This record gives sequence, structure tokens and C-alpha cells, in this order.
Amino acid sequence: MSTALPDAEALYAELLCQLKPRIGADTRLVGIMTGGAWLAERLHRDLGISAPLGVLDISFYRDDFDQTGLSRNVKPSSIPFDVQGRRLLLVDDVLYTGRTVRAAMNELFDYGRPACIELAVLVDRGGRELPIAAQCCGASFEVPADQVLVLDRKDTGTFSLSLSATHRERANARPEP
Amino acid sequence: MILKNPQLNDRGELQHLLSIEGLPRETLQHILATADSFIGLTEREVKKVPLLRGKSVFNLFFENSTRTRTTFEIAAKRLSADVINLNISTSSTAKGESLLDTIDNLAAMHADMFVVRHASSGAPYLIARHVASHLHVVNAGDGRHAHPTQGLLDLYTIRHYKKDFSRLSVAVVGDILHSRVARSFIHGLTTLGVPDVRVIGPRTLLPAGVEQLGVKVYHDMAQGLSGCDVVAMLRLQNERMNGALLPSAQEFFKSYGLTPEKLARAKPNCIVMHPGPMNRGVEIDSAVADGPHSVILPQVTFGIAVRMAVMSILAGNN
Repeated sequence: MSTALPDAEALYAELLCQLKPRIGADTRLVGIMTGGAWLAERLHRDLGISAPLGVLDISFYRDDFDQTGLSRNVKPSSIPFDVQGRRLLLVDDVLYTGRTVRAAMNELFDYGRPACIELAVLVDRGGRELPIAAQCCGASFEVPADQVLVLDRKDTGTFSLSLSATHRERANARPEP
Repeated sequence: MILKNPQLNDRGELQHLLSIEGLPRETLQHILATADSFIGLTEREVKKVPLLRGKSVFNLFFENSTRTRTTFEIAAKRLSADVINLNISTSSTAKGESLLDTIDNLAAMHADMFVVRHASSGAPYLIARHVASHLHVVNAGDGRHAHPTQGLLDLYTIRHYKKDFSRLSVAVVGDILHSRVARSFIHGLTTLGVPDVRVIGPRTLLPAGVEQLGVKVYHDMAQGLSGCDVVAMLRLQNERMNGALLPSAQEFFKSYGLTPEKLARAKPNCIVMHPGPMNRGVEIDSAVADGPHSVILPQVTFGIAVRMAVMSILAGNN
């Protein structure tokens, strides 16, 4: 695997370009915390959407709760509009197994029945474990399973991508014997 | 030798919630922060999350309590757990079955969590030590010892209205001697770094050596309430009181009942809390209980979110 990752700003510009024609009066943006919420925040501004922005923390809907427990850093979700009958554009930074998107859709349906949900992501890294696909995507490239692709946001608001080794939170929490 | 904290598992995670005493500040903060995320749930179409789907929570109330049992039941149901309420006083225990035999039988029915209220201090510890490692025990009040979820919801209420614990003066008023609520609350306040914790009450209702909890002792309301940010009232526990600790309820109200006149000594933006059930005209005047400083009903609402936080954190630590 080459260590040269694409420029996240270029991917963002591509995603923005793809999204512009898809935004209607009924569209509401929903970002998945944390990276997806950063993206959604910026898209919301750059697309000039006046309707409020939603953010989801999917911790309560994860399918690995029994293995990993509750996240140490749960934040409140906020959907400040009526979901019923709306066209929702779900935004995340990296699409991988599809499990996060499944959790986000389950959570959204607890707010009401949307007319449709579409998915926009900065990167599709392959490795899907569920029948889920993005309608808009900055770029697609494979990342090995032992690597985590992470979106970072600088203080200036610009995005960058980096790779790190798979971290296992629980293994790290285990005290020394 | 380091004694193992009976509430923690081998990885140092919270396995049971038995007492606030001995829990690190980070654990308390984690519970309070998690509760924040459950508050907004009531505004949604579906007021449940699927965290405890397929899990069974057994409410074991060996001592009566409508409010605590109900809020635990609501909390477990909003987490999608199956809730089984056992009214123990009318069941097997009354027929002579031992506490641990009762627990073994319920565990054989595939319980995942026990919420235990018991008149004997330490009963939830006995159960926590006895059960298999995948089971969780929440203390919902044991004797005079502890009532950790009530303490946590009191802390959550303060955090909601006052944001920062590090500059507060908090007064706990009334029957400290019989109050497990007061003990849990005081441990929580000192753990979270509240610099000025006061207890106010007659000598007969303050435990000997209460200063060792890190509190200042007052016997006079006017002095004790002066400049307080938070006034936490306690119920005068008639049913726990044997012998002549007090001349009369009226006498108690005259000296320690919270009236608007006495409350005027506290800060103008102070909050007044009470764990319920209230004895109006004994420890608190109706004008205060229903007045602008009272946060007694929000406490009940917050109690559900805090209990959801506790149960979801425990259930995830296997």
C-alpha cells in the first residue's frame, strides 16, 4: 500500500460538485459524528442551505455494543427538524463496512419516516459487510483491513487524511498484570 | 496489598454500581456526560434506543419505593430491556427463602441485571459478590448506607443548573443520620471537587464524626444557608426514627424547615433540591417546594436519563 493518500481538500471539492445539483428545498443534511459532522457542517455552509443541520452520534445503535461496550465519549444527537417526509442526505467521512450507516439509518427512523435517505461520503474504502452504497463519493480506493483511515480537521477548518494502525480500545484499557 | 473494588471488573471498568464512595472522578463524569445524550430522547417519535434489546432487568425491591422503582423501570424500558418487577415482600422471601437462593433462581431465569433495594446495608454487595461475572447489580438504596443513582441524579441536577462544581457552596439539610441519599450525595460532591459542602441539622440527626466526610457542620439554618448555591433538603424519615430524636415534627419545622425567609440567606440564584417524597410543612414549606428556586420535579426527569446512563454503561462492560 502506497502511503500517498489523496488530498482531502480535493476530495471535498469533488464531493461538493457532485452534491450541488442534488439539493432541493426538502433536502436536510445529517452528519455522523465526528468526521461526518465536520463535513456536513462545511457542506451546509458551502451549499448555502438555510434549513438547520442535523448531527447523529450513533453510539446507542452500534451492533458491537456487546463486544465493545458503550463509547467513552457519547455526545447528544440533534435533529432540529421534522424527519417525516423529508429527503435526508446522510454525510460521513469514510464508508467502510457499512455498519455505521446502518446504525445511523436505524436512529433516523426513530425520529420519523423520511421520504428517502441518500449517502454522501468523502472516501469509499471498500470492505463492505452490508448491502449499502454511497450516491456521492469524493474518491474510492482500497485500504488494508489492518489500517484505519482517519479524517482530521485543522484549526483553520481544512481537512486532511491519515492512516493509523487498527486500535483496539478495550485491549488498551486492560491494566498491566 | 491492594483491595479489589467490588464495583469494578478485571479491566477496571464499572461492573456493578453499589456506591459512589470509592469511584474515581472520571467515572462519575462519564456517567453524567452519558446521561446528557439520553435527555433529548423524550422529544423523538420513538423514545427508545436498542442498547439493552434482548436483556432482562429484574427490579428487586425488598423495601417499597414507588418513585425509584418506576424511574428504573422507565429507564430500562427506554433502553429496550425486558423489565420484570418483583414485589419481594409478598413472594418467596416471605415464605422463608434466603436472599441468595432467590437470586440464584432469578439468574436461572436468565437475568442480566438486578436493581436491588434492601433495608439492610450491604445487601447489594452480597449479591454482587455472589452472581456470575456477566451479571450486573445496581444498588437502588441499601439501609442507611448508599443510594448511588439518587446521588448521581442530584449531581446531574447541579451540573445542569450550575455547570461548574469547583466554586460551589452546597448545603445538605435535615436528617443526615438516617439518610443514604445524603451519604452518596456528599461523597459525590467531594469527589467532583465541590470546595464547600455543609451539613445542617440538629445534633441528634447528624452521625458522629460526620466532619470526616469533608463537610462543615452547622446547627443553625441562618448561618448554614448563608451564601449557598445549592440547598439539598432531606426527608425527615419518620419510619426510620425509633426513640425520641426529635420533640415533634412541628418543632423540627420551626428550626430546620425550609421557608422563604430562611432561604433568603442563600444566593439569589440558588436552587433547592429534594429527593422526595416531601413532607410539606415538616422539612420544606410549600412556598419553597413550589417556588422559583425549586428544581424538585426536574430532578425526577433527570433521574431517568441518569439511570439509563448507569444501566447502559454497566451492560456494556462484560
